[in-house]
Amino acid sequence: MDDLAAHLPRLRRYARALTGDRHRADDLVQDTLERALTRSSLWRRGSKLDAWLLTIMHNLFVNQVRTQARQATEALDALPVEPAQRAMQADALEVRDLDAALAALPVEQRAVLLLVTLDERSYEETARILDIPVGTVMSRLSRARERLRQLLDGSAAPALKVVK
Amino acid sequence: MNRPLDAELHAWADDRLDPARAAEVSAWLAAHPDEGARLTAWKRQKELLHAAFDPVLDEPVPARLADAAARRAPARAWRIAAAVGWLAIGVVAGYQLHGARHADAAAPALARQAAIAHVVYAPEVRHPVEVGADQEAHLVQWLSKRLGTPLKTPHFAAQGFELVGGRLLPGERGPVAQFMYQDRGGRRLTLYVNSDGDNRDTAFRYAQEGKVGVFYWLDGRLGYALSGELPRAELLAIAESAYRQLNP
Repeated sequence: MDDLAAHLPRLRRYARALTGDRHRADDLVQDTLERALTRSSLWRRGSKLDAWLLTIMHNLFVNQVRTQARQATEALDALPVEPAQRAMQADALEVRDLDAALAALPVEQRAVLLLVTLDERSYEETARILDIPVGTVMSRLSRARERLRQLLDGSAAPALKVVK
Repeated sequence: MNRPLDAELHAWADDRLDPARAAEVSAWLAAHPDEGARLTAWKRQKELLHAAFDPVLDEPVPARLADAAARRAPARAWRIAAAVGWLAIGVVAGYQLHGARHADAAAPALARQAAIAHVVYAPEVRHPVEVGADQEAHLVQWLSKRLGTPLKTPHFAAQGFELVGGRLLPGERGPVAQFMYQDRGGRRLTLYVNSDGDNRDTAFRYAQEGKVGVFYWLDGRLGYALSGELPRAELLAIAESAYRQLNP
């Protein structure tokens, strides 16, 4: 556990892409480090420290997203008026930049895509980090790449009917 | 040539095929322009991601993260469990602990010195501290430097006490830090911190020195003692809060 600091730059890069937000990313890295230190007995010597840190980070992030989703649902339930459907379509049309496209990917797909492409993890290592079968890594990777391609092309935007 | 497997297409986009197979897949993609465009887009995604996020690698790492990474992993879990256990016993058993404190010779000395420092400085009206809470960052930095170990100031706003400031004191074996807190009624608490270096960890102990109650505990290099003329239960709640803040 001596060289946590050496892994910080890559952890921060991954967290930044995963969360899409500088402060949230660093909070996530900090939570990951603290969790790693309090659970250091669970780290098996000889296994890769950085992969273990990524596993912790992924689990923390998924829990955060779930909590937020629950809160968002409650907030929506509390709304007196229905949110306008059209606003969501407009959002889809405005998806142009990478951050927004990444944020539009489901978390599970985003994690696979970023581990494989940005962090250059092998498919097998990605599977171990996320604790899923390699086949699932490949299918999520396919979906993530296709979805991202459509988002960046703008072709995922709902077709607009020209109303005369 | 048949359509390559999906896994091979991904491996091609990720430059993970051996050169011979990569050339075959490239030839197949050239013959199937739709698939070729799709795979080119995949490669392009990877370049975009690196271009967008690789600059993070060169950013200076924020101090809070470097600190968190530098912290060692002591057997923190059992120490917290031990402290919570002792707290529970302390609440129930009251003064019985008082008699048991001879277990560690360093600790009663810590409590006594803390209590003395408390009664000397807590009544000070004009100069209760050397550096005020308005310069908290400087105060912490200064005392950390003098004690030779990073210190933190816990906060007790939830219990109604605000930080007044702190001062440096001579201890038996070197410098000691004292932080002072005050509530709206003018009652004062002091947190006395030494770094004798060879402390054995202990759970919370309680000592009564005259009117002053002291909860004290040892944590690695640091010894802490929280003193005040407060009801014991109230002082305990604040000591517990301090412990949690110092061992997040």
